Amino acid sequence: MQAAILSFPGSNREQDAEYALAHVGFSCQIVPSHSAADFSGVDVIVLPGGFSYGDYLRSGAIAAKLPIMHDVRRAAKAGRYVLGICNGFQILTESRLLPGALRMNTGQLFVCRSVKLNVARNDSAFSHLYQPNANLDIPVAHHNGNYFADPDTLEQLEAEERVIFRYGDNPNGSMHDIAGIRNSADNVLGMMPHPENAALAHHQSQDGLKLFASLAARIGS
Amino acid sequence: MNRAPLLKDTDFRQRAPELGLKDNETETILEIQGRLPTECELGIFSAIWSEHCSYKSSRAWLSTLHTSGDVVIHGPGENAGVIDIGDNQAIAFKMESHNHPSFIEPYQGAATGVGGVLRDIFTMGARPIATLNALRFGDPEHPKTRHLLRGVVAGISGYGNSFGVPTVGGEVNFDPSYNGNILVNTMAVGLLDQDKIFLSAAAGVGNPLLYVGAATGKDGIHGASMASASFADDAEVKRPTVQVGDPFMGKVLCDASLALMRSGLVVAVQDMGAAGLTSSSVEMASKGRVGVKLNLDHVPQRASDMSAFEIMLSESQERMLVVLKAGTEEAALKVHADYALSTTVIREITDTNRLEVVQHGACYADIPVDALVNNAPLYHRPYTLKEPEAPFLCQALSAPQPPPLETLKALFGNLNLASKRWVFEQYDCLIRSQTLITPGGGDAAVVRIPEHNKAIALTSDCMPAYVFRDPEMGGMQAVVESWRNLIASGAKPLALTNNLNFANPEDPRIMGQIVGAIKGISQACTALNYPVVSGNVSLYNSTGDDPILPTPVIGGVGLIEDQSFVRGSALSEGQHLVLLGTTEGHLSGSRYLEQLGIKETAAPPPINLEAEQRNGYKVIELIRENHIQACHDVADGGVLLAIAEMCLGKGVGITLYPSFTGAEWFAEDQARYLLATNDLEGLTTALRSYDWQLLGRAEGDSLVLSEGDSVTINTLQEIFEHALPNYLR
Repeated sequence: MQAAILSFPGSNREQDAEYALAHVGFSCQIVPSHSAADFSGVDVIVLPGGFSYGDYLRSGAIAAKLPIMHDVRRAAKAGRYVLGICNGFQILTESRLLPGALRMNTGQLFVCRSVKLNVARNDSAFSHLYQPNANLDIPVAHHNGNYFADPDTLEQLEAEERVIFRYGDNPNGSMHDIAGIRNSADNVLGMMPHPENAALAHHQSQDGLKLFASLAARIGS
Repeated sequence: MNRAPLLKDTDFRQRAPELGLKDNETETILEIQGRLPTECELGIFSAIWSEHCSYKSSRAWLSTLHTSGDVVIHGPGENAGVIDIGDNQAIAFKMESHNHPSFIEPYQGAATGVGGVLRDIFTMGARPIATLNALRFGDPEHPKTRHLLRGVVAGISGYGNSFGVPTVGGEVNFDPSYNGNILVNTMAVGLLDQDKIFLSAAAGVGNPLLYVGAATGKDGIHGASMASASFADDAEVKRPTVQVGDPFMGKVLCDASLALMRSGLVVAVQDMGAAGLTSSSVEMASKGRVGVKLNLDHVPQRASDMSAFEIMLSESQERMLVVLKAGTEEAALKVHADYALSTTVIREITDTNRLEVVQHGACYADIPVDALVNNAPLYHRPYTLKEPEAPFLCQALSAPQPPPLETLKALFGNLNLASKRWVFEQYDCLIRSQTLITPGGGDAAVVRIPEHNKAIALTSDCMPAYVFRDPEMGGMQAVVESWRNLIASGAKPLALTNNLNFANPEDPRIMGQIVGAIKGISQACTALNYPVVSGNVSLYNSTGDDPILPTPVIGGVGLIEDQSFVRGSALSEGQHLVLLGTTEGHLSGSRYLEQLGIKETAAPPPINLEAEQRNGYKVIELIRENHIQACHDVADGGVLLAIAEMCLGKGVGITLYPSFTGAEWFAEDQARYLLATNDLEGLTTALRSYDWQLLGRAEGDSLVLSEGDSVTINTLQEIFEHALPNYLR
């Protein structure tokens, strides 16, 4: 199983993602964002956390305009899995691979803490190993994690059961307590919390591991 | 080559003191140059000879510190200290202050403080793996304190989170002496291989000199001199001397620099910190005993009309100077191109031992490097040592004392002791995926070393109230407190960095604080074999005639050889709690007397270095033999507060047996640890011949005194957690 972890200038959680992916059996390569990429042999593309281009303009806005994002879009269309975590989620919304936007936290401060995360759907490629409605302890670490979408989009997301994770103790003001959403084909997931920081034996929680294991099981089968 | 115009004698005499130079220093410039200097030369002399760069008031005393030991690979003098942690691995670490800039412009001052010390770390070839911050603000009710606290924390958060280094610990304290002069000290820690350490000594005549990173602008010009003067009431006027940080560029610079160092093209590296291009080029030339020729026309500039003086003294951030192997310019530029980083050759290493600065075809500075560095002023300033008063013990309290639990609640509501969650949740403490103990979880932060079963423990400590009462004892206390915090988290203390924050050294009483504190630090370091490997001195921390409390902050690093030795401070249901160490009832400088509003300047709790060693080494052994499952050093606030802190971890109560009464609960005697055990018999057997007492057993949901008074852990938790958010509401 092959994972490609994109590294934009300012990305900073590439290695965190690599540790978690490697733990469930992926071989990972970190792919610099400055040239075109060939994702043909890749099973999952990960857009990691960080501050791509320093969060200048808007979080994820500049990264979303890079040529490599065309390759990501093509790969997603071809059915490859795409996982965007934190800044990766912001890049996915900025590049319209997922709907909505991430605004500044309502508290206006960066927040790093463990949050209660509810598995709203366990029928996704990214969540099928979780029990239905499982409650997880997974950390967030962001300044702009407040999920926003217009009423029609929200209604559509709910109707199509595309909200995979919801906050039990909403840390940022996200609408509908949304922490993670998928596309309708269920091969693109964006989420603000960091499952990769709650995955290894030495972490304070291992509740994020099943997300990576779910993907591995789906790809491996 | 033409020479830029020399200053007229009257201009020279007028400008020199404005730049902070004293009369005797001005004369030395004339002797070294054999003529009047150019404006640029004058700027270079004043920066290199500033207190900030030359340590002219403290150098004589710093040389008395204990700086050697088996673990020391590089002691003071490099960008950071480097110590051995086994397996060919090393830790590079250093603490730096950014006090004056942070008072003037809290966000940028604090942010660039973080950026500056991170550069010191990766300049050595180390990957930054953690930072800590020791912050001291004025009276909470002072009109500026909330603004400064918010700004400084946001600045640290903004830089560190974006850079991608976990901020894992530190201190936040309040005292009116910092009303006009806050302290912002940042400690950065990096990991590297022992055979891949980079130093700053330039070498190789003809080797190209590379300027890497952000363009030079007119920001921070003469920041080093600003940092070397006391504040008058017009501090805000100095805002243009504060630098502006760019964490994105800082991160790219770090990644690119480490990549360049891996490529094998690099001879030497130096970051541009205080006094920018001036101090970095002089340092590289001086250490390598070579000359440096700079062509300022090749320096990337943000403004079109910058003078040589401004370029040489700008403190624009995110810049490095690199000496390359001859003929490798192309290869180096290619490495940096991958990071979209601007890199320029700004000339070369020479054999003249002179610093030559050229702009627009004219020579703007030509200074002999050895004479510049070796003639840096060194002052043996007069000092008066404070004679400590008699101690203040519990028995001296005459008035009836409030019930202990009332005092405990009041102390938890005191911002100095309350939860700092509002602060540390703004810091990303998890990035890199290796943090084992996060803020609030133990006496020290603990960060794992990837692919090994070991970890390092990190802490920062100082009790300024003790240092003020007895500088020597206070200096010693900061060292032993840091030593104890490392031990309590399961580590073997290895080495420390320090940040010596004091007021005006030209006042003999202040100089006495500096001398006393350094003596105390030195004694403790020697006794504990806990060497100083790097550090920083920040003087002139006063506003008008109001000095800050003397604040020598100690940043400690310890090694946890096996992750099973890691200990947090949270008590678990069913555990017994034992106090190791002797309680005599010392109250001077304590939070207790502060809370009661009792003013005194008596001698602080004495340090007994033999007791520290005896108890400390015993705790290390008890952890290794798994006799204790949680551990907490008894610090300010005393035993009862420390017990309550252990209860808050997992929200478990405790029933206390008869032991202390009244003020004794809050005495701040040293060399004491609280030990939580699942195996009381094993522990007490191991503690035979030690001074210990059984305090109680963890159970229920309340803290219950033997007299029957009780308070629920929930109540304490609410007071503890709400104090800071309520204050900022």
